Amino acid sequence: MQFWQIQTLNSFALGGLLFLLSSGFALIFGLMRIANLTHGALFMLGAYVAVSAMRAGFGLALAALIAALAVAAVGGLIERLVLRRLSGNAQGQVLATLGLSFIASDFCLIVWGGDTIPIQTPAMFQAPLRLFGLIFPTYRLVVVGIAIVVGVVLYLLMERTRLGAMIRAGVDDMQMARAVGIRASALFTIVFCLGALLAGLGGAVGGPIFSAYPGLDSDMLSLALIVVILGGIGSLVGTFVASFIIGFIYTFGTALLPDLAYVILFLPMVIVIAFRPTGLFGTIKT
Amino acid sequence: MAIDRRQFLQGAAAAGVGVAYSGLGFGQSAEPVRLGLLTVKTGPLASGGIDMERGLELYLKERGGMMAGRKIEVIVADTGGSPATALTKTQELVERNKVHVLTGPLAAFEALAIDDYVRTQKIPILSVAAAEDMTQRKANPWFVRATSTSAQCAHVMGHYCATVLKYKKMIVIADDIAYGQEMNAGFQRVFEENGGKVIQKLFPPLTAPDYGSFIAQLKTDADAIFLGFAGSNGFRFVRQFNEYGMSGKMKIVGGMTALDESVLRNMGDEALGLLTVCWYSAELNNPINVKFAPAFRKIYGYDPGFYAAATYVNGDVLNAALTAVGGNAGNKDALMAALKKTSVQTARGPVKFDTYGNVVGNVYVRRVERKDGRLVNAVVETYPDVSQFWKYDAKQFLANPVYSRDWPPAKNLQ
Repeated sequence: MQFWQIQTLNSFALGGLLFLLSSGFALIFGLMRIANLTHGALFMLGAYVAVSAMRAGFGLALAALIAALAVAAVGGLIERLVLRRLSGNAQGQVLATLGLSFIASDFCLIVWGGDTIPIQTPAMFQAPLRLFGLIFPTYRLVVVGIAIVVGVVLYLLMERTRLGAMIRAGVDDMQMARAVGIRASALFTIVFCLGALLAGLGGAVGGPIFSAYPGLDSDMLSLALIVVILGGIGSLVGTFVASFIIGFIYTFGTALLPDLAYVILFLPMVIVIAFRPTGLFGTIKT
Repeated sequence: MAIDRRQFLQGAAAAGVGVAYSGLGFGQSAEPVRLGLLTVKTGPLASGGIDMERGLELYLKERGGMMAGRKIEVIVADTGGSPATALTKTQELVERNKVHVLTGPLAAFEALAIDDYVRTQKIPILSVAAAEDMTQRKANPWFVRATSTSAQCAHVMGHYCATVLKYKKMIVIADDIAYGQEMNAGFQRVFEENGGKVIQKLFPPLTAPDYGSFIAQLKTDADAIFLGFAGSNGFRFVRQFNEYGMSGKMKIVGGMTALDESVLRNMGDEALGLLTVCWYSAELNNPINVKFAPAFRKIYGYDPGFYAAATYVNGDVLNAALTAVGGNAGNKDALMAALKKTSVQTARGPVKFDTYGNVVGNVYVRRVERKDGRLVNAVVETYPDVSQFWKYDAKQFLANPVYSRDWPPAKNLQ
């Protein structure tokens, strides 16, 4: 049955994209305890910056790098100039990120216009891959590869470096971390930049599949929320696993019960919130 | 009272012209006709909405801001593509700006949101939105629609696919919204009545992040697939369709918004040869369009599509009706009656209305070709004077339920 094999590959591809999208969101949520509602807008900004970079003659790989760095810089500004002033006021911070996301999407509309702008798949990945009689878009498999690489790098960063240890300490108990001399303010800025960097990278890498269009921000934000809540806040492994779970549920759900696409997408999240508020791998209640 | 800059400038210009013309003996034209444009300038629908404004702007610019000897004052309202805002903005246009006539809105759900209000206020409205029942079972007496119902053009494509292209088995796919459902239903009805079979119906969510899981389940024994998508979804689908290596397995045909000019300008060779159906094409060779399309392209750098043409056509319809009532927009009943009686040449070809306020006009089958380096929708076949009821009797048509996911029932699904 070709159907099952292709849908399985589709699930992995979507899962990889979802991980690129939500890993940054999960990092920020875990450490700062705020749902960064600009995340979708940062993802969209990444896609648009990649568009501009590619128009200037760069290839997708370089464009993605430029997009990631540019969006990381924007993230740093948001943290330093806005969220910093609201520290301690989580509700205010979430509302501020919501406001910023609206501003960002109108900014993109003014600069890049209202049309959907396609991002070209790199020429070497354009031809579909033919394997054992299956035909599958090559670039999607590349995306899965990128997601796995990003996942491994993030895992090593969190588990094997001093910065990772500080972040983990902050996630577990911020006050205690401060007491042992971790500079929370610097840590917040770094993590916010890193989260934004991942969003920008995701936007650029996902570009050939999603394209850049107004509304991409809100489409993506809800997906990131679902993944992070399912995986568990503060858990990188949880986010990784949840991305692929949602990838499978969504792909097979829409293929087998297309009328219930959204039910299938959101139901796991609702069930998790109701019965396991910490998510699959998390320790913090949503 | 807050007056935005645009409105102020237009008002000032209108006053100036009014004075000038009263000196020439057109004393009656002292007060301008106020035209409210309901459009979308922010959010995901902004691309079409901005084109609506540009189409109207160009129409008035070419006529020195005048219709039927009267100065036209345009007040633009941005609905943001939200039904609630569409209603507030309509109220604002009617109650604060005292508009005589409205054009827009863009989306069906916006039109439905203002339906009741327009009825109670009795404001003539030249609609752009396609919702079937606005001119059918729940016809709003203040509506005229010079564009198309959801299914009006799809009927034509159903006929063309069955009789000219001789397709036997087809798949239909569209966004899971009323517009997409109505379009696919109309296509299916005519296609099957002419001997074809719809073997699969798919409705991905409007904001489906990805079509991979839908493409993988397409029945490969179909001759072709009909795309009822709106906005950029059609072109995203076509791209992914090719990425999955499907391009040799079945043909693609599309509805009136599947491969609009506004989308084509961002596409590449993958679009070449695809057939779509619409009431307009920038390539139309009629006396009005051969001026309009190049003029629009010269100013904005791209071809006008569905939305720019919609307000431009509405301009000609309103102009004709205003001329018929001698420029007197104050008498709403007379203006409305004149609008419905309009029979006028426009950029889409001749336009007249049925008793429900919907256009009877030409519909074109178009093929994507490359011309002077850009992609265009070249016209390959013209169906003249197509009604929203296709070839059916209006009464019998209206006795059926409105087109939907489940009506008419699909009996040939595999």
